[in-house]
Amino acid sequence: MADFIMPSLGADMTTGILVNWLVEVGDQVKHGDSIAEVETAKGLFEVEVFNAGVVDQILVQPGSEEIAVGTVLATIAEGDAADVAPTPTPAPTKIAERRQISPVAHRLAAENHIDLSQIEGTGSQGVICLADIERAIGGTVREKVPHLSAEPKKTTDFKAGVRQAIAAAMSLSNREIPHYYLATDIDMSRSLRWLEEQNRQRSIRERLLPVVLPLKAVALALGKVPELNAYWVDGELQLKQAVDIGFAITLRGGGLMTPALHNVDQLSLDQLMTALSDLITRTRSGKLRGSEMTDAGMTVTGLGDLGVRTVYGVIYPPQVALVGLGKIAEQPWAEEGALSVRPVLTATLAADHRAGDGHQGGQFLDALNHFLQEPENL
Amino acid sequence: MIEAEIRTTIINELTQIAPEADFEELSPTENIREELDIDSFDFLNFLISLDDKLGVEIPESDYEKLISMDDLIGYLQERID
Repeated sequence: MADFIMPSLGADMTTGILVNWLVEVGDQVKHGDSIAEVETAKGLFEVEVFNAGVVDQILVQPGSEEIAVGTVLATIAEGDAADVAPTPTPAPTKIAERRQISPVAHRLAAENHIDLSQIEGTGSQGVICLADIERAIGGTVREKVPHLSAEPKKTTDFKAGVRQAIAAAMSLSNREIPHYYLATDIDMSRSLRWLEEQNRQRSIRERLLPVVLPLKAVALALGKVPELNAYWVDGELQLKQAVDIGFAITLRGGGLMTPALHNVDQLSLDQLMTALSDLITRTRSGKLRGSEMTDAGMTVTGLGDLGVRTVYGVIYPPQVALVGLGKIAEQPWAEEGALSVRPVLTATLAADHRAGDGHQGGQFLDALNHFLQEPENL
Repeated sequence: MIEAEIRTTIINELTQIAPEADFEELSPTENIREELDIDSFDFLNFLISLDDKLGVEIPESDYEKLISMDDLIGYLQERID
């Protein structure tokens, strides 16, 4: 028998709200199935199960109370549904019919005790959005004076929740991690020529964004310097096996999330582009899976769209490194005694000096550069 | 297709990406991506949606010609008629 617990979806999370079960007692589940929806300050997440078996008992019913990380929510029995008789449990209270609702709307509805079955969603495909809940409350929400509560962490605002989560993680990082920074200029001529040729042959739907090249190159460079794909926990470096890379995705209206792209080293550039599109879309619509919040062994942040040349990043604990990508811009480039103009990418590495040294970081950036000179092998 | 229809299509598609945008305030010669904070991922999706709606597939080499609303409307009008 295995326990399914309230997961920690980030260093900053101590409690979560169980919003919905996606399974019932007696259902067969396998590793990686999403079985529950949990809401945190950063939004609503589908949480996966890591044991195969049958849902034996559901111990916590969906509600609006904060449940501590580590609380057992359900038990999973080993075996097939056919030969596992579910343990008799007190008749579970009826689980509310699943409604599509945006995370911010859900939070507001819960705080104001709004019955969702009475709400008509006006979002696309009937999704209940913030405006629907505000209407239900009577349009008084925006003017509401913020109430002083015993729990100062609780917030009525999803954006503020994301901000708090970032604040907690970044404060911890700057307090505890002795960062060192390295930067290197990478000649992107070969990569961009190759990409241009590729995109010319593709339909608009199959086009690759330039960022997939450095992303894949980061994954391959981590294969050369695996010490940077790791966590620093209790004074020890724990190497990660899979190359799961967090990618910083800005949210419209403020804030960002850094969900993980899984097994980036094993994806073709096309697969990586598909995975990236899917991840960005789900991040911005609040449909991430729990594992995507926890699996990243390193994070990549790109600010090139805004014209930033050099990114000096803050590591997301317990990770030990973060790669910053600036704008690919034309710059004078001296090589073999001649001066020319090339598209140049400034890549930076922020790394944890407890976990490793600058020499290692230098090897990583050197490998990154090397892989970007052979785009056809990415 | 007349200019007004193209403009409406563009605004509808941009609204999907930037719901808070005020197009009354947007000058026709301003840089759309900067003004509406549209990143390269959003921009690609915007172009895909224009292809869906108007049947114009914009090659990557033309991205640099498409800075403002006027640029976009002019570019699309030439290719639709």
